[in-house]
Amino acid sequence: MLLVSKCHFLGHKKLLGLILCIVLFALPFLLDQYLGRAWVRIIDFALLFSLLALGLNIVVGYAGLLDLGYIAFFAVGAYCYGLLCSPQFGLHWPFWFVLPLGALLAGLFGIVLGAPTLKLRGDYLAIVTLGFGEIIRIFLNNLNHPVNITNGAQGITLIDPLQWQSISLAQTIHWGGIEIAPVHYYYFVFLFCTMFMLVVSSRLERSRIGRAWMAIREDEVAAACMGLNTRNIKLTAFAMGASFGGLAGGLFAAFQGFISPESFTLTDSIMVLCMVVLGGMGHVSGVVLGAILLSVLPEILRYAGPLQMTLLHRVWVDPSDLRMLLFGLALIVMMLLRPKGLWPAKHGASTNAPSENTEPPAKNAQHG
Amino acid sequence: MSLLKVEGLQVHYGGIQALKAINFEVKQGERVALIGANGAGKTTTLKAIAGLLKLQQGHIFFNGNAIDNTPAHARVGLGIALVPEGRGVFAHLTVADNLLMGAYLRHDRTNIRSDLERYYALFPRLAQRQKQWAGTLSGGEQQMLAIARALMSRPRLLLLDEPSMGLAPLIVKQIFNTLIEITQEGVTLLLVEQNAKLALQTCERAYVLDEGLVSLSGAANDLLKDPKVIHAYLGA
Repeated sequence: MLLVSKCHFLGHKKLLGLILCIVLFALPFLLDQYLGRAWVRIIDFALLFSLLALGLNIVVGYAGLLDLGYIAFFAVGAYCYGLLCSPQFGLHWPFWFVLPLGALLAGLFGIVLGAPTLKLRGDYLAIVTLGFGEIIRIFLNNLNHPVNITNGAQGITLIDPLQWQSISLAQTIHWGGIEIAPVHYYYFVFLFCTMFMLVVSSRLERSRIGRAWMAIREDEVAAACMGLNTRNIKLTAFAMGASFGGLAGGLFAAFQGFISPESFTLTDSIMVLCMVVLGGMGHVSGVVLGAILLSVLPEILRYAGPLQMTLLHRVWVDPSDLRMLLFGLALIVMMLLRPKGLWPAKHGASTNAPSENTEPPAKNAQHG
Repeated sequence: MSLLKVEGLQVHYGGIQALKAINFEVKQGERVALIGANGAGKTTTLKAIAGLLKLQQGHIFFNGNAIDNTPAHARVGLGIALVPEGRGVFAHLTVADNLLMGAYLRHDRTNIRSDLERYYALFPRLAQRQKQWAGTLSGGEQQMLAIARALMSRPRLLLLDEPSMGLAPLIVKQIFNTLIEITQEGVTLLLVEQNAKLALQTCERAYVLDEGLVSLSGAANDLLKDPKVIHAYLGA
């Protein structure tokens, strides 16, 4: 009875939000309890990939610029954190400074990539960005000679966890019978960052700059005819998207404690792009859904081995082969059934009257 | 003084000379048409004025100032708005967002609001479809949207490229009547139109383009009676 009256008080949407909050809070502990710690880690990575997908969504989904080298910005963020918070140079800068620095640096790299490719679109842009991604990876692989900066293919080890004075997220504590491990802490850190970036993304979508990105995606010439400085607006998209990747990279380095160029291959770029496309380009919720599904699905397919064992008493197909096969198949089927993504943007999702929208009175700033 | 003056305009497309030497002017408040056959250089002229193409030679003066090197987006700020050929509506943005894009350079929210209301009143079909994606509109509605969107920048000079393209005659008539209404409120119009008869009936003056040159010019009424024009463009 109390619960029912509470439902009325809170309203339908608020109640749903409350339930979601409780589920999200309990999720790592439940997974730990019933499926094992590996699954908490998988969910951590799913959140990290959500951050990446949200960033790439700005470039690909909003501005329509096909970027196949997006993982390079993830690498920039990761190496920024790795180099400044590890014994590599003996630097142990605080994370609250290094994480934003990584995002900023990645944003700069975004502009570096964007500037020479401004006149390219579609396939041509894809090829150049692909090359850029590879350049970054190969650089990281080879910057150990003559001066050792990145430690080459060995990567950087012993990277500091997120820590503040004596509090470190690398500790395990027991609290009332529940063991709270680093994977749990990072879950909440990543969850917070993903939520925050989700809000930032959807605010951007409804803002003046968001509309400008989408206008360029739709018709660049017509956008220029509306008075959009298409060059600057595209560069903003590159920089903004890249900075999401840079932040994710820093978090990744702190979480793993180890990074090497192997983590930043073309396959990873393609995977993030798949998340965006499959989830629903230009729709933040869809993109996050895509990221979570594509992170979790390959892990679920690992159970194909044990399943064969119980059903057929013999492993007929090696699960590691089957995994990618089924994964590919799932992608094809989903794209056939839902070509616009699993959860595409609705008509009119971004409609806003000027009186009630979020854009700042930017003219003052421009006048100086 | 003329609002727009084009002097010796030359534009190359790759190796092809699309405009050889175009000269004309448009006075404040006028309705002027550019007519001519396919490939005469009408669209190229409009694009050059909007800043979408680089000039090889010649000058464009707007309100007395040379704007030869002003980039396209800055020309919108000066008061030039182009409705591009094929409309160029943002298909996956709503009608309302399309209109707001037209006001991208403006920051006077209350006036933007009232302009929106004004164009919704002028094109009631757009008001009904505010929240729909522009790509779901019919051709005529898209053309109305493209015109209204250009007007949202409060231009002094409206450049219209082939507004009648692919539309039913009745819709074309509606749109052209609205155009006349708009220009009576002070917007200057430079119209490129394949349908020469319609263009000459709508505008006060016209220039006939032929292979990158102005071959004829004069008052629209005179051109309508000109045997050369009748023979070449009016098909009678």
